[in-house]
Amino acid sequence: MLHLVVCIKQVPDSREIRIDPKTNTLVRLGVPAIINYYDLHGLEEALRLKDEFGARVTVVSMGPPSAEKALRQCVSMGADEAVLVSDRAFAGADTLATSYVVALTIQKVEERWGTVDIVFCGKQTLDGDTGQVGPGVACRLDIDQLTYVEKLESLDLETREVTVHRHLEDGVERVKARLPVLITALAELNRPRRASLPGILRAARYQPIVWTTNDFPTIDRAKIGLRGSPTIVSKTWVPEPKQVQTEWLPSEDSAAAATALLDHLYSTDLPQKLGWA
Amino acid sequence: MAEERKRKPMIGLQSDTDWSEYRGVMVVVEQRAGVAKAVSWQLLGEARRLADKLESPLLALVIGHQVQGLAREAGYHGADRVYICDSPELASYRTRPYSRVCLYVIREYKPEIVLMGATYAGRDLAGAIATHLPTGLTADSTQLDVDDERLLLASRPAFSEKMLATILCKQFKPQMATARAGVFEALPRDEARSAEIVVVPPQIDPEDISTQVLGFVESLERVNLEDADVIVAGGRGLGGPGAFSLLKELADALGGEVGASRAAVDLGWIGHDHQVGQTGTTVRPKLYIAVGISGAVQHVVGMQNSTYIVAINKDSEAPIFRFANYGIKGDLFQIVPALAQAVRARRSGGLSPEGVLEPMSAAGRGE
Repeated sequence: MLHLVVCIKQVPDSREIRIDPKTNTLVRLGVPAIINYYDLHGLEEALRLKDEFGARVTVVSMGPPSAEKALRQCVSMGADEAVLVSDRAFAGADTLATSYVVALTIQKVEERWGTVDIVFCGKQTLDGDTGQVGPGVACRLDIDQLTYVEKLESLDLETREVTVHRHLEDGVERVKARLPVLITALAELNRPRRASLPGILRAARYQPIVWTTNDFPTIDRAKIGLRGSPTIVSKTWVPEPKQVQTEWLPSEDSAAAATALLDHLYSTDLPQKLGWA
Repeated sequence: MAEERKRKPMIGLQSDTDWSEYRGVMVVVEQRAGVAKAVSWQLLGEARRLADKLESPLLALVIGHQVQGLAREAGYHGADRVYICDSPELASYRTRPYSRVCLYVIREYKPEIVLMGATYAGRDLAGAIATHLPTGLTADSTQLDVDDERLLLASRPAFSEKMLATILCKQFKPQMATARAGVFEALPRDEARSAEIVVVPPQIDPEDISTQVLGFVESLERVNLEDADVIVAGGRGLGGPGAFSLLKELADALGGEVGASRAAVDLGWIGHDHQVGQTGTTVRPKLYIAVGISGAVQHVVGMQNSTYIVAINKDSEAPIFRFANYGIKGDLFQIVPALAQAVRARRSGGLSPEGVLEPMSAAGRGE
């Protein structure tokens, strides 16, 4: 049976994060925790493959104990098992230290439930915005990576080949790769389903599997958490764009405002720069 | 069924720790069909400054097939030495073969800093290489500098773009960063500059090329904000996706592109490719018209280098006006169509500007 692993992260809903204008610091209080939404697109694609071919879907996440809630949500949508790796020793991890722990976790998942065929990740997280953990995990597991996937065109279980469409700046690339692969999902990939009633009932009783550093006998403690992270944040600040003097144009009459604006623009070097002259 | 490739996981790989030989700033040039991405030359421009400060050579790495011309171009754009790896197997970007070349060059020639464009391919490649080495990698930098200890100071948007963070990597070399397109300026192309060209043997392992690029369909619909001279951008004030058609009409009249704020993109009113802002596209058009955009810091930082900025908003207190050369307070549903019509009339009819021309105000921020 196909074995699909989906990596998810619980993140603060970035749309709700504000800067305190007095202190120039982040206001995190009361910011809701959500599943990084690109990860949900990865989960949905795994569930679609499960519907079509039959598959075991295992969800993994690294995070604090409160992330169990996010894992239950995945179970309510149709995931078979959910694993949380949680330990204070993992705190402060950058993308390199995170990909180490996530890759170790997937290896342990493979020992328990069989070799993985496809690992799904979101294209990036809302809080980190780096898109580096997916490639890092693929690299550590020594499997091919297909990043920024907007369509999974076909999966051939006979030849063990998957064909996807990768979104690039200037177009779309069709790529065929041999399983096992890691796919990072774009929002265009699909529309995540709602939890079903049986799913909700199962999730209510489901206890996610929790692993700590003690569950990884071979873990190298120099490679996890803050200590295992080569990058450090030396400072943060709120950017202050340069302000300019604004010329206000009369706006009682739209046509007059439009004409006034064009007159102003035509009096500058803009028409020349744009080749309108 | 085909034979499955034997996996060789590299979890727990150790790295050597003598970094004293690492010198030079390297830019990995990204290309498609022999044409470089603009961000590659922009990065060479910025990296030239860093290399001069470090008194180190500026290096470029060109990977592809039939890309000798690009190696010379890299020299014209500022590189002192260009490593070139040219092979039919490298015609299209694929993670494994390209990684292998980069890793070979990094281990062989030991640059202290490696920079790539924060493009889809650049982020794909950088993430793989940094894990292999291993080293620290900063994504999507919008400011780069070096300090007295030869540390790369890579600054990037953080906390959903509301702040900037400076990130360092002290323990490992090379220090790596991807950097956003449109932020840095390329040096003027100069054919008098010549670079030393070093040919790198292809590092092809048949196992690496199991992934096949079946084809590439160029999107004609796709927006190109980075190179646009005129951008008409919309935000939450548009009230819904429909009003973007009005912006499109104005953009077409001006020969420009349609942009959007993160708010409008997050609401699903328009695709991510249209997003202006630090983690969208950083733009520097000659004319930027912000319609119904309040002017959140992350948006303004992404467009503040436009030559002329016009803001149209019904709220005269909106922060966007503080950054605009020209402000119109009013109903965008009236003003935008009127402006489109006026532009068409003036550009097609060859009408001379009517009305009294006011002298160029101090508000203009001409280059």
